[in-house]
Amino acid sequence: MRFIFKTRYEQDINLIQHNGQLFWYGLLIVALLAIPAAASPYLLTQMSQMLIYTIIAFGLMLLAGFTGQMSLGHAAFMAVGAYTEAVLAIAGWPFFLSVAASGLLAAIVGVIIGLPALRVKGLYLGIATLAFGTIVEEVIARAEHVTGGNAGLMVPPIQLFGLRFADGPAFYYLCLGFAIAAALVLINLLRSPTGRAFVAIRDSEISAQSMGVHLATYKTLSFSISAAFAGVAGALYAHNIRFLSPDQFTVVQSIELLMMVVIGGLGSIHGAAFGAIFLIALPQVINAVKPLMPSALAEATGLQPTIFGMMLILTVLFEPLGIYGAWLKLKAYFDLFPFYRKGMFRRQKAFQKSDRLK
Amino acid sequence: MQIVQLVISGLAQGCIYGLIALGFVLIYKATETVNFAQGELMMIGAFAGLFAATTLGLPYWLVILAAMAATALIGLAIERVVLQPILGHPAFSIVMVTIGLSYMARGLVTMIPVVGTDTHALPVPFRGEIFRLGTLVISAEHIVIIAATIVLCGLLAAMFHYTKVGIAMQAMSQNQLAAYYMGIPVKRLSGLIWGISAAVAAIAGILLAPLTFVHANMGLIGIKAFPAAVIGGFTSLPGAIVGGLIIGVVESLAGFYLMEGFKDVAAFVVVLLMLVFKPTGLFGETARKKV
Repeated sequence: MRFIFKTRYEQDINLIQHNGQLFWYGLLIVALLAIPAAASPYLLTQMSQMLIYTIIAFGLMLLAGFTGQMSLGHAAFMAVGAYTEAVLAIAGWPFFLSVAASGLLAAIVGVIIGLPALRVKGLYLGIATLAFGTIVEEVIARAEHVTGGNAGLMVPPIQLFGLRFADGPAFYYLCLGFAIAAALVLINLLRSPTGRAFVAIRDSEISAQSMGVHLATYKTLSFSISAAFAGVAGALYAHNIRFLSPDQFTVVQSIELLMMVVIGGLGSIHGAAFGAIFLIALPQVINAVKPLMPSALAEATGLQPTIFGMMLILTVLFEPLGIYGAWLKLKAYFDLFPFYRKGMFRRQKAFQKSDRLK
Repeated sequence: MQIVQLVISGLAQGCIYGLIALGFVLIYKATETVNFAQGELMMIGAFAGLFAATTLGLPYWLVILAAMAATALIGLAIERVVLQPILGHPAFSIVMVTIGLSYMARGLVTMIPVVGTDTHALPVPFRGEIFRLGTLVISAEHIVIIAATIVLCGLLAAMFHYTKVGIAMQAMSQNQLAAYYMGIPVKRLSGLIWGISAAVAAIAGILLAPLTFVHANMGLIGIKAFPAAVIGGFTSLPGAIVGGLIIGVVESLAGFYLMEGFKDVAAFVVVLLMLVFKPTGLFGETARKKV
């Protein structure tokens, strides 16, 4: 077990708290860099997809996990990014310019949806974002001359410095770079005053307001940053899938993104990454286990949603901090080895007063 | 005349939205939880009706009762097994749990061998009959939907005003803690509310079945019932029905007079406008809090 004795304020906000962290994250990055050497092309595409979902999860975690705003329309931000990227790439814009444009446009859309969000909270906000997501989905399906409508849109591969970043290791490294950058942006944001204002809003809007946090500004900011993450991820997604159609960005997809964040662990950066791994890995695991199951069960189309829904319910019921919470408990068990007690992480029943009056 | 025709079919569709929204409101008013699986409860009700009608061969009125009973039991079970343990936790986790429930319901239904992802037709005694009123043509399905909604609303209103249980539920929806102190069995009542709202959903499912067939994804219509509930104000029972009717009529008119595609988003445009200009809805109560 490690004790960190903090004597100065700077130690509290250091990016890296101790050398152990430096070692393990370094090892993680080395491992991620080494993956293309061993992985098959299919696995590499899945890994890229996982990194892309990690970026979205970072954004959604900022909004849902750290600012406490519910979004049931996040796939719409992803769609805005993906289609902007696709249209600009077809028009021949260089990648870094078009990906910036995708993020920016998604952020602007995020501000627009953030504005009604100032007037409504909680459940109503969820319904507003749900409505927004549905409208964007329909707009994409109808704006056929730009987006190709339901027939879909082919996305050309990335051209950078005369190199083709179509697929394989090059595209994977690009996604990895963006994911690491996104993680750094999120970590730095959260240890800045802005990040603390977000957390204050999540914990209590009234208290935050009385401490001088301007709710409207920070909520809109949170929405737009989160949307920008989703937009950039959407741009990468467009190049990874290379074919866009409106049915990739439905309300169901938005809900799955939210599920990813909740299962991973609400309110933790690690949780976002865990959630993305879960979302990509679960279908693979189910496919791998299928031969062991009775054929009637294995053939059923509803198997995956059932397991997904069950995992979500079990997470909320038994492990509200998600996979990251489970990991913390495991770590604590080994840290304290002979002294671990059963009731250490017992939840207090946190009865809150009426939600309607908030 | 065209417009009257459209309004009538819109009203019939709106009754379905209204009935689903009624389920949301019942549960939200009493227990302050939002049930995202309400549409799936409706789907389960429709399948229960289908089972009663085709496999058991019951007459139509018994089909309705059987579906209501079966779905109400499922609603009770959901409340007891899944929601009681997380009572009092933030709204976010409850929403996620009900979303998980809706996923599971959809998945489990498609896993039943004879059901699968196919669409099924529920046999009804009045299928295909139409009535002519001057130049108006009204199908029997629409009349049955509207009539059933009116009867059901009357029954619910009577229950809330004249029975002990109903009055206890009203007390509970005003202040759970105070109701508990006055000796009202809050836990048992919230289970009962879930049962009632599931039964209402089952009726909606059986009424909808002749219009759209019975299939595993019919519960997604529940997403359109959210606008209905918001427009009515999330805490008002008559509001839910009125909101449903408004959504139904707007959708029907938008589908005819506006461009293609507007029909599906009309409800959501209306709800966004409503949220921007009057977030409490048409009949919503404004709750004030003394600090």
